[in-house]
Amino acid sequence: MSRRDFLKTGLMVGAGLGLSSILGKDILSSAGIITPKRWVFLVDTFKCVGCGLCVRACKLENEIPYDVPVTRTWVERYVVKKDGTVLADSPYGGRDGYLINNPQGIVVPQEDIAKAFFVPKLCNQCTNPPCVQVCPVGATYQTNDGVVLVDRKWCIGCGYCIMACPYGVRFFHPVHKVAEKCNFCYHRITKGMKPACEDACPFGARHIGDINDPAHPVADIIKTQRVSVLKDEFGTKPSVYYLGYDSLIR
Amino acid sequence: MKSHLLRPLYVVVALVAIIFIARVIVVPSDFGVGEKGYMYGWHRKANEDEWKAFKVKFKNRDFCKDCHVSEYDSVMKSPHSIINCENCHGPAYEHPEEPPKLIINKEREHCLRCHSRLPYKQTERADIKGIIPDNHNPDIECVSCHNPHSPKGDAL
Amino acid sequence: MEVHGELWTLKELFVYPNEYIYWALQIVMYPLMTGLVAGAFVLSSLYHVFDRKELKEMSRFSLIFSYALLLAAPMPLLFHLLQPLRGFYVFLTPHFTSAIAAFGVVFFSYAGLVASEIWFVERRFFVQSAQRLRNASGIANKVKGFIYRAWSLGAYDISEEALRKDGKVIRVLAGIGVPVACFLHGYAGFIFGSVKANALWMTPLMPVIFIMSAIVSGIALCMLTYIIVLEINRLKSKRMKKLLPLEESGGVEMDIIKMTSKYLVFFMVIAVTLEFLDLVFRGYTAVKHWDILRTVIYERDFFNIFILQYGIGNLIPLVMLIMPGLTKRRAIIALILILIGVFMMRWNVVVGGQSFSLTLSGYMHYKIPIIPQNFETYKEGIIGALTIISLPFIFLWILSKVIPLTKEE
Repeated sequence: MSRRDFLKTGLMVGAGLGLSSILGKDILSSAGIITPKRWVFLVDTFKCVGCGLCVRACKLENEIPYDVPVTRTWVERYVVKKDGTVLADSPYGGRDGYLINNPQGIVVPQEDIAKAFFVPKLCNQCTNPPCVQVCPVGATYQTNDGVVLVDRKWCIGCGYCIMACPYGVRFFHPVHKVAEKCNFCYHRITKGMKPACEDACPFGARHIGDINDPAHPVADIIKTQRVSVLKDEFGTKPSVYYLGYDSLIR
Repeated sequence: MKSHLLRPLYVVVALVAIIFIARVIVVPSDFGVGEKGYMYGWHRKANEDEWKAFKVKFKNRDFCKDCHVSEYDSVMKSPHSIINCENCHGPAYEHPEEPPKLIINKEREHCLRCHSRLPYKQTERADIKGIIPDNHNPDIECVSCHNPHSPKGDAL
Repeated sequence: MEVHGELWTLKELFVYPNEYIYWALQIVMYPLMTGLVAGAFVLSSLYHVFDRKELKEMSRFSLIFSYALLLAAPMPLLFHLLQPLRGFYVFLTPHFTSAIAAFGVVFFSYAGLVASEIWFVERRFFVQSAQRLRNASGIANKVKGFIYRAWSLGAYDISEEALRKDGKVIRVLAGIGVPVACFLHGYAGFIFGSVKANALWMTPLMPVIFIMSAIVSGIALCMLTYIIVLEINRLKSKRMKKLLPLEESGGVEMDIIKMTSKYLVFFMVIAVTLEFLDLVFRGYTAVKHWDILRTVIYERDFFNIFILQYGIGNLIPLVMLIMPGLTKRRAIIALILILIGVFMMRWNVVVGGQSFSLTLSGYMHYKIPIIPQNFETYKEGIIGALTIISLPFIFLWILSKVIPLTKEE
């Protein structure tokens, strides 16, 4: 066993906690041997009108019980009043759209509104996913193309991953009783299709892309325009980028 | 006589051995460190294929256009061309085998998702032609006057 | 159909749609139980390692009680898991970057260690009982004899020389056991402290705070149970002999109680100091999430934190224990209050940490299920918690049938 191998094994077995990140897990790709797909997502909040068709399609496509108020993706509404009050809500994840101007149940007169907008949310498929780090049994993991999946046959239902996610995207599946979350519609994107939410969106607010494909328009926007990610301070390195970010977005 | 001091250790070793035997029996052979290393890639490999095999329900408009030519053409000429057929007609699944007939969502609330007017000027919602639901023919389905495939101009 | 947590979560203002109180009462019970295990063991080790002769009787009792608690400690987790039958996967495919997986291994080794120590401490008794019951008649005695023979693990040498060797091993095991016990419970604290998504939990002090309050809870429960067991024994012997006038306070036992309570006070002061350090530091640095934490700590959970935990759970029993002339009755009340205080500390960490949303602009209120409507509300409700609390006492009662809890007559 070489000294490096010895160190590597020792660190893995002995410490385990967070140390594997310093071991250079990207040896293969940095050596230019393979350039696997790396799925990313672009949300254009300027284009979202809060219709909620994405949430509806996601629930039907991914078999999340329709009337249970948990969802893989959701749309938030932010209404900022001229006095600075922020009213934000997402009833049923915005599944039924927003029909009335009543954020948090409060009707706001048009002249009081300073700004208002909608923000679609979904799993960020973090480069450093805390949910995966804390899974005690290896039931949730990152695929080589950067999507975080949950193994429904191996999850013990401890909820540690739900607690560890700073974005609140995870929940317990009401039927399968295991952790559940958005996986960019892995069954669709691996067949060359688009995620159900993107297909359902009439306004082009949602786009899947491959950051490793220079020709991909989404990759181009992310690389050449001013985009932002959510809750950067957690060091999770999200793969979901936002156009039209606002510091009020939670 | 041999020392008795190690006896409890034997018991512990036996228990650990049981765990290792259980591991061989219970844990699938494809369980291991994937491409992403131990921290992010510790998983059962077969699960990736299980997810890839998950059933697709929404097929997108390209799936519809070859059979429903006239409907497709009419809606593609209208402002509603941006809306995928399945948003109103429901997911296609294996249509026309299963289900043979899709159920169309004609609910008022379905149209109001976009056409209920909200004064949110920072979004495109404010630009969509909208109504105040309580003032504009409440209790009547929108489709009884408006044709969703050709919504412009031809209200009855 | 509902999602796990929906039945006992009330949301207020802006909360993400998927947020619920997923870690409920059983996760409060879980660090409480492991804390009691660790604390009881540390108490028993004080005698073996540091030669505190005055703790000899307490030591023996708390070691066995520690084991009864240890057997019950995984139960809250099993009650909590949505897939309890898969719980053992933690040992089969452990993912050591998770504090829970590492905890599983530490817990397992610790169980082996405590069992070994009990074996060495009680070996002479096992062997003598096995020999005494060798040719006994009656099913009960035969079963007992079988248990003792199995427990002796075939080692029947109880010569002076062998027992002297045992003593040495016990000392070593107790010595190793103290850091392992602290590590065990430190890990329970790490499970919370390492959750960076949770503003209340994420502090490096969390493991240390957990260890200190664990020792406090362990010592308190051991003292309490010890007093009760002695009282029951006295009542029994009184009923049988019908002599001996009623003593106001026991002689020798009261000395033990007083001595142990000094250690208790010592650890309690450290625990509370650390907790206040954490609070002061958060307020002073006042980073992004302090606004919502402040409303939770000083307004919404004020009663739970400052009245129940620090007031009734720490301050009052502290005064009761350090006031001169400690009586048995006062000790019992103080000990119960301390246990309530430790429970409230766990509650305020686990439930308090989930009482505000990840949005930092909304709240969740935990409506604890009292009357179970289904299995889920039984498990995560008050009845489930009472089940868990009663388990170590049931185990202790079973153990007392084969191992004497107090000194042999």
